[in-house]
Amino acid sequence: MPVEDLVPSEYSAGFVTDIESETLPPGLDESVVRFISGKKQEPQWLTDWRLQAYAAWRAMTPPTWAHVHFKPIDFESISYYSAPKNFEDGPTSLDEVDPELLRTYEKLGIPLHEQETLAGVVRQTPNVAVDVVFDSVSITTTFKEKLAEAGVIFCPISEAVQEHPELVQKYLGTVVPQRDNFYAALNSAVFSDGSFVYIPPGVRCPMELSTYFRINAQNTGQFERTLIIADAGSYVSYLEGCTAPMRDENQLHAAVVELVALEDAQIKYSTVQNWYPGDKDGKGGIYNFVTKRGACRGARSKISWTQVETGSAITWKYPSVILRGDDSVGEFYSVALTNNYQQADTGTKMIHLGKNTKSTIISKGISAGKSQNSYRGLVRISPTADGARNYTQCDSLLIGGNSGAHTFPYIENKNLNAIIEHEATTSKVSDEQLFLCQQRGIDAEKAVSMIVNGFCKDVFRELPMEFAVEAGKLLEVSLEGAIG
Amino acid sequence: MNILEIKDLHVSVGGEQILKGLNLSVEQGSVHAIMGPNGSGKSTLANVLAGKPGYVIDRGEIHFDGDLLNDVDPEVRARAGLFLAFQYPVEIPGVSNMEFLKAAVDSLAAARGGEQTTAVEFVKSVRKIATALDLNPEFLKRGVNEGFSGGERKRNEILQLLLLNPRLAVLDETDSGLDIDAMQTVADGINRFRDAHNCVLLITHYQRLLNHVVPDVVHVLSDGVIVKSGEKDLAVTLEERGYAWLTD
Ligand SMILES: Nc1ncnc2c1ncn2[C@@H]1O[C@H](COP(=O)(O)OP(=O)(O)O)[C@@H](O)[C@H]1O
Ligand SMILES: [Mg+2]
Repeated sequence: MPVEDLVPSEYSAGFVTDIESETLPPGLDESVVRFISGKKQEPQWLTDWRLQAYAAWRAMTPPTWAHVHFKPIDFESISYYSAPKNFEDGPTSLDEVDPELLRTYEKLGIPLHEQETLAGVVRQTPNVAVDVVFDSVSITTTFKEKLAEAGVIFCPISEAVQEHPELVQKYLGTVVPQRDNFYAALNSAVFSDGSFVYIPPGVRCPMELSTYFRINAQNTGQFERTLIIADAGSYVSYLEGCTAPMRDENQLHAAVVELVALEDAQIKYSTVQNWYPGDKDGKGGIYNFVTKRGACRGARSKISWTQVETGSAITWKYPSVILRGDDSVGEFYSVALTNNYQQADTGTKMIHLGKNTKSTIISKGISAGKSQNSYRGLVRISPTADGARNYTQCDSLLIGGNSGAHTFPYIENKNLNAIIEHEATTSKVSDEQLFLCQQRGIDAEKAVSMIVNGFCKDVFRELPMEFAVEAGKLLEVSLEGAIG
Repeated sequence: MNILEIKDLHVSVGGEQILKGLNLSVEQGSVHAIMGPNGSGKSTLANVLAGKPGYVIDRGEIHFDGDLLNDVDPEVRARAGLFLAFQYPVEIPGVSNMEFLKAAVDSLAAARGGEQTTAVEFVKSVRKIATALDLNPEFLKRGVNEGFSGGERKRNEILQLLLLNPRLAVLDETDSGLDIDAMQTVADGINRFRDAHNCVLLITHYQRLLNHVVPDVVHVLSDGVIVKSGEKDLAVTLEERGYAWLTD
């Protein structure tokens, strides 16, 4: 059978949870912004900040430079707030959480019952503290006490606004300014919830931190905002996962993630993005328009992005690092798999400002079906960045003959002492390779999965262990299905 | 008993008829050599036996162990014990030989309802075979055929033959491009494989391999049909006189 038949994806997280929600009618104006801010009892400065972002957004237009095609989004048809009804007053323990919701997370394989682990019961994902964001609100953060002992703050950002306003005010919007781009401005105006992390000086976060995002309600956008601050000499590894039900309409996800690493601090941020990609004919699916950026503010700090992107109808995402501190390090490891009619335009920006700053970019794009997969990367070396180095490796793998792989590497070098290396390859899963595998008794699906996993090895190596397994399985699921 | 039975086989590739009524019976415990000029259809025969997509059977039948093979998927044929050593083995970068061979061994074991070998046992047996074939066992960590020389690829095919231990081995010019020593190694491998229960279809261009692996029958393939069959001295005659006298 031809190679292209081997890659239909069966979306296993596509169920809808039947719970009562409080949802704003579609449309966006100042009153909606005020409503969201009021709902969260935000301080005046934050309400003003949102309104300022809203005004900026009104004057902006969506970007058109990405290699993706879709009908213009009607921002008036989206609801900007949806919350499960029971959480009006906020659950204080898991016992108060809607059982229907707990079942949702069980189906997704996300552990919410921390007490089981504390009691020593073996679970699949040990030692991961989880924050769960369901539609617009944060449901629960597990392991809170254990983290508090270490001085780590890990909570919904709405809670951080109440409990740690000085930290939020100091850092919010300093890495991704409100006006950074159209979707960042929109997010700044209407962000609903998301996670907040602060690691105090010298602390190595005692466990993996994880946030799980799920869009459930219909016609809603999800606009979460994540802010992670690693103070001097600290370390944190953070994982992010996402799923959504199968729906015929496209749904917008416009998140902002800001990372700040101070002197000698390290942040490792990993994503497994499995938003609903739409059906085989390209109907439905999530528009994933996300701004992720990290600032290496201190000397010798390090920020590492690792992403495995298999979902979404359209992905528009460039996790970037601003290397301001001398000797700071930025890394970007990416696997982006597109199938059917999916479109991905993803990559990174490495902005070298400090001396002896280093960046590494490893991008693996896999295109199957009729999908389009683009790598877009910028390496900018400023005149101040003496001794800066970048290494970029950008590989594309084509499955079947109807998909596209594109690379758009931009290099702006203003420093003669910088060393920049760039390598790129394009290969194809050939019928000959498949036949060799089959001739040895290995069926074609397993063969494709082996080849794709082999292709992604350099990136999977960078994932935390529990996630690497999950990522491998996810690729397998995206690659298996209607054979024969 | 015949393991392989081919009757009146007509095969076309890309709309062009290549095999034009081929008949062949290979009995258990025997080695049949297939010789013939370039383009006579030797690889086409090998590929159609293995079930390669794109090879259309227009007429005729292939029976393997008594079962009709015509429409069987390639991996199912492999699991039934049909092995093809490729004339030009391809690379699979990123998939290690180790992972590839283990997957193959496991899928065959599963098909036979047998137990899976443990990783330790597996590595042991592969290393043993590799050493016998003058392959540095370090090759296990490299990608399948990745960066292999022509000779290494051919020896890797023989390694797989010995590891998977099929019922029928179709070897497509496994001897071409090998120096004398390497050919001896490959021949030793084939002789090691050969026993009373399996059989070999040895496709070759040269008589010299047949000095080391002595065939029971030699067939000459020309323009898609077998034009002559004989004993092993037919190969010697062919070496001396060429093929032209057979087709005039
Ligand atoms: N994919 C193909 N499409 C069309 N013709 C082919 C194809 N593959 C092989 N042929 C033709 O089939 C004939 C037999 O080829 P092959 O079986 O490879 O011969 P041999 O192995 O004996 O040298 C040749 O004339 C070759 O050009
Ligand atoms: Mg040939």
